[in-house]
Amino acid sequence: MQVYRNLSIKQKQIVWAWAFLALPVIFYVVIRFYPTGNAVLISFQDWNLLGKRTWAGMENYLKLWSDPVFWKVFRNTFAYLIIGTPVSLVISFVIAYHLDKLRFMHGFLRMLYFLPFMTSAVAMAWVWRWFYQPVPIGLFNNFLAAVGIPQIEFLRSTTNALPAILAPAVWAGLGFQVIIFMAGLRAIPKSYYEAARIDGVPWWSVLFEITIPLLKPTIVFIVVFSSIGFLRIFDHVFNMTTGDPGGPLNSTKPLVLMIYNSAFTDFDMGYAAAQTVVLFLILLIVSLLQLRILRDR
Amino acid sequence: MTATEIRASSETLLAVQAPRKAANLAQFFRWLILFLGGILMIMPIVYMLSTSLKWPHEVYNVNLWPDEPTIENYAYVLEDGRFYGWMINSTIIALITTASALLFDSLVGYTLCKFRFPGRYIVFIAILSTLMIPTEMLVIPWYLMSQQFGWLDTYWGIMFPGLMTAFGTFLMKQFFETVPDDFIEAARIDGLNELQIWWTVAMPLVRPALAALAIFVFLGNWTAFIWPLIVTNSVEMYTLPVGLASFGDEADVAWELIMTGAAISTIPTLVFFLIFQRFIIRGVVMAGLKG
Repeated sequence: MQVYRNLSIKQKQIVWAWAFLALPVIFYVVIRFYPTGNAVLISFQDWNLLGKRTWAGMENYLKLWSDPVFWKVFRNTFAYLIIGTPVSLVISFVIAYHLDKLRFMHGFLRMLYFLPFMTSAVAMAWVWRWFYQPVPIGLFNNFLAAVGIPQIEFLRSTTNALPAILAPAVWAGLGFQVIIFMAGLRAIPKSYYEAARIDGVPWWSVLFEITIPLLKPTIVFIVVFSSIGFLRIFDHVFNMTTGDPGGPLNSTKPLVLMIYNSAFTDFDMGYAAAQTVVLFLILLIVSLLQLRILRDR
Repeated sequence: MTATEIRASSETLLAVQAPRKAANLAQFFRWLILFLGGILMIMPIVYMLSTSLKWPHEVYNVNLWPDEPTIENYAYVLEDGRFYGWMINSTIIALITTASALLFDSLVGYTLCKFRFPGRYIVFIAILSTLMIPTEMLVIPWYLMSQQFGWLDTYWGIMFPGLMTAFGTFLMKQFFETVPDDFIEAARIDGLNELQIWWTVAMPLVRPALAALAIFVFLGNWTAFIWPLIVTNSVEMYTLPVGLASFGDEADVAWELIMTGAAISTIPTLVFFLIFQRFIIRGVVMAGLKG
């Protein structure tokens, strides 16, 4: 204690700061940084969890490169991104744009759109899975049958299954994006709109010349945030395709499901780790590209 | 005022009112379409709830309201106690993780914001950089760690990855910027130590941010799936999402029972949301925009 008392105020601050940070620093090193390095290390090893870890060099990456399933999965992962991000962006913007102009029961409407965000992906995946079943079980096909439209194969079709799984993911995320968009819309100064109205500027010019340009930070945030979500899609796919993981002919399998299966079904840890490194690189490159493209314009 | 003048002014009035009427009509349609869209949005949830109240013979009927509502499905699903266990697991795990994340994220955020010390910048960048690492990259090493230390299939094993979050640390740091340094200086002169200053002076001033973070962390842990799926292997240790997934995957489980299970895991967060609606939406915006 004597030593502490003799310290200057500045030195005392340093002692306190590191006392506060001691446990968190250990946590981040042991639970975040060490595992990250370990994942990269394992990706260069051959290991089935029980036997010995042996050095494999680039073997796992080469195997991945020549694995036709991986390329299928790669395409699927980007399909989730390329369909999911623009669709959810446009729908949530349209909802937010119009909802922002309404006062009557505004809070109630906002609640309706936000409610799905509070649900768990697993629960909703099972609900949607039921919707997609063929007659006489599934809700959608029962509706179609009731109005005399031919049946649609959802989860058992190689072409429809991926969008069918994407739909609940988009649906659940919409509420969040609407809320963020509305906050962005409200931050635009009213004086711009008043000036435009006095000048008699038509609504579409107001939309494209004022609203959208001023919303750019919000748009960038939503694009990057939702893209990361779609690239990491797992809960919905896993729960809607148990029994046939990844759907017919792997037509819905995303990278995270492939990682899960390699690691915890096949116990091929090195191979799974190599896939996680690829996932990390994809996320990094996509986020950086998006930030670059959207910020520059 | 002459008659013509009165007529002229009433005509201009009409001319003004006509577009206003059109605008009102447009507003009405805007409201109607958004209302119908909103109803459509909650339909999956409504169908889940209504199906959970249906007898088996009525399940494949598309009517929204069951002819004879029953809570038989809930009684059946809850009978063997598995769902109770999973709900208790999920609740305990989400509560402890939330408490831990609030405590440590705010402590670290506060330290990085209000203290000047060597290494501050490096610690900040290091924590921030972990935001870029996807959880999926860490699950394999976490699994190996858990296996080595006997954490598999335990509460600790499920919880340890989420005890601190980089997102929360960053969020709290942002909010502590709004606490004036003078307050802290004044408390220091009053003889409070640094721990007391953080807890009694700074923390009460960032309560809204703490609430926002709490909502995010709680919801995130309540719905977390991939890590609990990996780390648990006995039915008693499952969390609600993992339990529901295994329940749905059992052979011959009827859809109305799966809907009941889904409803059981969704109703708590829905009720919570309906009670604290305004508050939650404000929190989500705050965390979304600042984080």
